[in-house]
Amino acid sequence: MDFAFGLMMFIVGFATLAGIASVSTLGLNVSWGITGLFNIGIAGFYAVGAYTSAILTAQPSVPSNPHLGGFELPIPVGWAGAMVFSAIVAWFVGKVCLRLRADYLAIATIGIAEIIRITFRNWSDIAGGSYGIHRIPRPFESLGQPWEELGFLALVLLVVAVVYWIIERGINSPWGRVMRAIRENELAAEAAGKDVERMRLQAFVFGAALMGLAGALSAHYAKAFLPEDTEPLTATFLIWVMLIAGGSGNNRGAIVGAFLVWGLWTMSEFITDFLSTEWATRASYIRVFLIGFLLQVVLQVFPKGLIPERPPVLRPERKPGTLDHTVD
Amino acid sequence: MAIEFFNDYLLSALILGSIYALGAIGISMIYAILRFAHFAHGDALSIGAYVALPLVALGVHPVLTIPIAMAVTAVLAIGIDRAFYKPFRKSQPIIMVIASFGVALMIRAAIQLFGGVDDHYYWGIQPPMEALEPFAIAAKHFYIFGSVIALIGATHYLLAYTRTGKAMRAMSDDADLARITGIGTEKIVIWTWIVGAALAAAAGVLLGMDTRIRPDMGWNLLLPMFAAAILGGLGRPYGAIAGGLVIGAMEELSTLVIPGDYKSAVAFAVMVLVLIIRPQGIFKGRVL
Repeated sequence: MDFAFGLMMFIVGFATLAGIASVSTLGLNVSWGITGLFNIGIAGFYAVGAYTSAILTAQPSVPSNPHLGGFELPIPVGWAGAMVFSAIVAWFVGKVCLRLRADYLAIATIGIAEIIRITFRNWSDIAGGSYGIHRIPRPFESLGQPWEELGFLALVLLVVAVVYWIIERGINSPWGRVMRAIRENELAAEAAGKDVERMRLQAFVFGAALMGLAGALSAHYAKAFLPEDTEPLTATFLIWVMLIAGGSGNNRGAIVGAFLVWGLWTMSEFITDFLSTEWATRASYIRVFLIGFLLQVVLQVFPKGLIPERPPVLRPERKPGTLDHTVD
Repeated sequence: MAIEFFNDYLLSALILGSIYALGAIGISMIYAILRFAHFAHGDALSIGAYVALPLVALGVHPVLTIPIAMAVTAVLAIGIDRAFYKPFRKSQPIIMVIASFGVALMIRAAIQLFGGVDDHYYWGIQPPMEALEPFAIAAKHFYIFGSVIALIGATHYLLAYTRTGKAMRAMSDDADLARITGIGTEKIVIWTWIVGAALAAAAGVLLGMDTRIRPDMGWNLLLPMFAAAILGGLGRPYGAIAGGLVIGAMEELSTLVIPGDYKSAVAFAVMVLVLIIRPQGIFKGRVL
């Protein structure tokens, strides 16, 4: 019974974290998968979202660990604030950087993400410096185990479902078609009269808002947020591996990739528990190595990911006078 | 005052700048010839530093380990290119950037696996030489600057006077034009990896001589080296050297006006500004 309960709690915790990663991966799918914007500054927007929500909702700081905030606002306000503030930051970043192409955009976004991370880590008046922000509330906290955890999981899955639905609607709308057109051939999209610059900015800001939301979710789940939580290894690279493995451009692929890669990541940690302490510390590097190797294998063997992007269903408009069966 | 400035700022600015310069040459050439931003270049630095480590432990002088570290790293780089980059040469360059990301993770994890996470040192703290008072110059500074001058001299000789070097410059200037004149692409690609990786490895050993050796040493230098390569103009090896010195100086001198914790943010900010205002860099490199 105890074992079954422990297993269930483990699965609930796993699904919660994988769900949070899915939100980030879906955000990356909007910016890279659909629109082709090479954003590797996920950790920066993730940090902005997490710190914003933490500052808005946390209890007043204690003198030993001062930080801005202690507003104790309701959690939904924190999450909304996280999205809005990440979006605002992304709007400024996008405004200046989005005219850069491919590799240049990548270098610029990772540079800005690092500036954001360094600022949070050192700005103790605002973000608690290296101590981070503690005493962040978690929804359903009063329900106690296991309902607290189950409630949070349900909330995360609900967020994933809503985000999935919104992006799916977007992809299958004229908006999504323009985004893909920009990804495939920007000049042609521009020639067709689309405001490419504005559309790229929209995708970038929307994607970043989702990354910020993921940051906020993780801060409330852990009830604390430290500068180490914004390490690019987990906050950026793992998300990229998830999207590429799952199938970039496909929302279902993004979610499947998030659960699968998070599963491999967690499972390898599980295995290390059985090793002697000396090998256990080393084994944690083996799993980073394996994640890097997995990325190579996926790129070379399944370049489109496990669930490749489906071409949109085209319903050609009937021209007057043509017969039904002539439509392919 | 002037002596304090030299001891506290100028000396470290020059060392950091020359290390950036050596790394940035490779980034710049790889970008121009293979057309992708090589995100694993910082980890080539780490490889160099860690290859030298057991040799130093055996009693070899750190300066003498540089050629060995360069050779080993160059061979590894060619192998990595074969295994992980070559399959994508015909596809979008972005795929190679993503692949190089993965390679960076793998190298760092491998180093942590075999070298551990603790800091290593080639030698203990070196006191400044008494003969040179009041300048705080230690013996290591002579080794470092001597090596930098020799390496940059050798690079200059290779690029300016040898057929291979000229072909490399031609290729980074205009790949199509170079191909028409009969320059073999694959051969130049291999030489680009040899030169880029070897210089990065040397930079790693020099960084280890100056400070310490740790698994993330190269990764932390990656963005400033990108900044140097972009500032100097991609595809311009001499520009990369100048860019490295400028970025190193800016980082160190920025501590005069802002808290030292934000030092590395300065390099990133300069990089983003250059990308936005003058993406071709000071020496008019290429913009893809």
